[in-house]
Amino acid sequence: MLKTFALGGIHPKENKLTAKIPCEYQPLPKEAVVMVSQHIGAPATVVVQKGDEVKTGQIVAKQGGFISSNIHSPVSGVVKKIEPVADAGGVKRNAITIEVTGDDWAEGIDRSENLIEEIKDDAKTIIQKISDAGIVGMGGATFPSHVKLMPPPGKTAKYLVINGVECEPYLTSDHRLMLEKGPEIVVGIEILMVALGVKQAFIGIENNKPDAIKAMKKLTSKKKGIKVIPLKVQYPQGGEKQLIKAILNKEVPSGALPIEVGAVVQNVGTAFAVYEAVQKNKPLIERVVTITGKHLSSPKNLWVRIGTPVSSLIEAAGGLPESTVKIISGGPMMGKAMSNLNAPVTKGTSGILVMAEPDTARKPASECIRCGKCVTVCPMGLQPYALMVYGIKQMYDKLEAGKVMDCIECGSCSYTCPANRELLDYIRLSKSRLGPFIRNRKS
Amino acid sequence: MSLALIAAASLGAIGGVSAIILYGAAKKFVVIEDPRLAEVEAALPAANCGGCGFPGCKGFADALIKADDLSELYCPVGKEETMKTVAAILGKTVEAKAATVAVVRCAGSCANRPRTNLWDGAKSCAVVSMNYSGDTGCSFGCHGLGDCVFVCKFDAIVIDEETRLPVVDEEKCTSCGACVKACPNSIIQIRKKGPKSRRIYVSCVNKDKGVVAKKACATACIGCGKCQKICPHEAITIENNIAYIDDNKCKLCRKCVPECPTSAIIELNFPPRKTSEIQDTATN
Repeated sequence: MLKTFALGGIHPKENKLTAKIPCEYQPLPKEAVVMVSQHIGAPATVVVQKGDEVKTGQIVAKQGGFISSNIHSPVSGVVKKIEPVADAGGVKRNAITIEVTGDDWAEGIDRSENLIEEIKDDAKTIIQKISDAGIVGMGGATFPSHVKLMPPPGKTAKYLVINGVECEPYLTSDHRLMLEKGPEIVVGIEILMVALGVKQAFIGIENNKPDAIKAMKKLTSKKKGIKVIPLKVQYPQGGEKQLIKAILNKEVPSGALPIEVGAVVQNVGTAFAVYEAVQKNKPLIERVVTITGKHLSSPKNLWVRIGTPVSSLIEAAGGLPESTVKIISGGPMMGKAMSNLNAPVTKGTSGILVMAEPDTARKPASECIRCGKCVTVCPMGLQPYALMVYGIKQMYDKLEAGKVMDCIECGSCSYTCPANRELLDYIRLSKSRLGPFIRNRKS
Repeated sequence: MSLALIAAASLGAIGGVSAIILYGAAKKFVVIEDPRLAEVEAALPAANCGGCGFPGCKGFADALIKADDLSELYCPVGKEETMKTVAAILGKTVEAKAATVAVVRCAGSCANRPRTNLWDGAKSCAVVSMNYSGDTGCSFGCHGLGDCVFVCKFDAIVIDEETRLPVVDEEKCTSCGACVKACPNSIIQIRKKGPKSRRIYVSCVNKDKGVVAKKACATACIGCGKCQKICPHEAITIENNIAYIDDNKCKLCRKCVPECPTSAIIELNFPPRKTSEIQDTATN
């Protein structure tokens, strides 16, 4: 029997429309908008000025703290302005706008396609290179990778878990990456193993990607310590804690990080970016983005430079169909609806999903019928129906006792609710209100 | 017979000992409550709204008794009258305080501020604010989902069906400030009610540059400064592309109202202007 996590979970329709479509390269935009905060943590500090000429791969904003990330120019051109630009939700955030003149790369970056398998660097150099290259978690959470590779004092990593699950419906960027850049990913995994000093690595891939499982198994057959684990299809298996439970059968305690059980989880996309950064000296300036939707004329997987406007990606996929009702950045479960199509692609944009009426309609909410479905599907063992009410009534003591901060915001509760209650909306609101309070109390 | 005697005697003994213990405990742990506390609490409106800044009316009564000076303490629900009664009970004095009311500083009705997208999530302004800039071009304005209505304990605020903006019922509003705290965009402000409920305020909080603000909403304050120039009382300041009328300085002369090119300044409960008055200000 295939492994999976123990508690809850759902199985939404997979709709992986682009699984068999190879990645293409999206041409450079006329103007690249590089957000200063594309990661979790402190925004980066801008180090260029208006009118400066920048080359592709040149650093434009430096880490603004320990939990922060460097940002590089994805194109070569002239810095046009440094001022707030509306993001996908229409909220203005600081960004560097670069007028593109070409694709002139900064020196020292190896752009050749040949595979470099030999790892010359030691752990410290590797982590420094990853930090310099501005690599963040490519699964969508965008947590700076170098921080994850430096376990807090007293904790040591024993296992590296590589996330090739891609449990979100529609998205195929990780899937295609494993098929097309498999050898590079494997080297990336080996680099991560050196950086962490671990002997064992597991690659978790869901069973709906048999070709990727086969390819990765073939590539890792001769590698010592790397093992591919096929997993039963179950959402949200891509969550760190769920993946650790599925693969290692260990439970990360409430409020703790995976390092508590000796595990570090990295996405396959991150492993690829790590390979590029360490072996080729190439910073994180492009990523695979799935442009998908049942009504799009040609859904695609695209290599996109960071800073390219989302609207141009939709054009590349055949333009916006008349029937479009909602456009989501990310997958349908955890992604966020966009209100501004001119927003740029960021390091965390894994997909753009264009949806028409019947798929998106959120029916009006009615009263809770106490069926307990949300409790059954919650992968963290919470009671979403109660947390929602506590949230509306602002009963913070009960929210904390109900472990609201453990919620991974997977949306399984809202998906399954027969009364269409906006469970996750209110739980997220409570998290955003309670979180800072708890952090303040700790410090 | 003897069994009944033993039972009665032992129960009596237990009862006696317990009574002594309870008596001792009652003496030792007695809480001497200020007799005025109940009196003051009875004088308060018992709304327990928290508008005074204390946890409920009892908390406020306690604070009133402890305070030497009542000028910092004010019950927005009971207003002047209650404060006077309380002062009489406590033998202190209170100064007269101008009546206040909640004011909604957004006029971005459906007609003025067209929708640019549709929000189909939870009907809560706080949830909208957490997710994105809102369903219009203006990211500062009212979301119209009624978080203020939800928190109002006095039924003093409702969302107008047509404009999708909150409307404050002046009679019912106690200016407790619950709506001010609930509004994620800080649109609602407690302002002086003014003589005969007359007041003037800038009905916009959009900090965008004039062009951007105007594009999103026909009645946005564009920060042009015309009102500031004409104001004879220096009551108007412009900061972050937004005009603000200080209700302590404003003398309600109404000169600024016709001056505003986007009609963002609102006058309430004034008698209609005379034609000559309008012409006067126009020629000025």
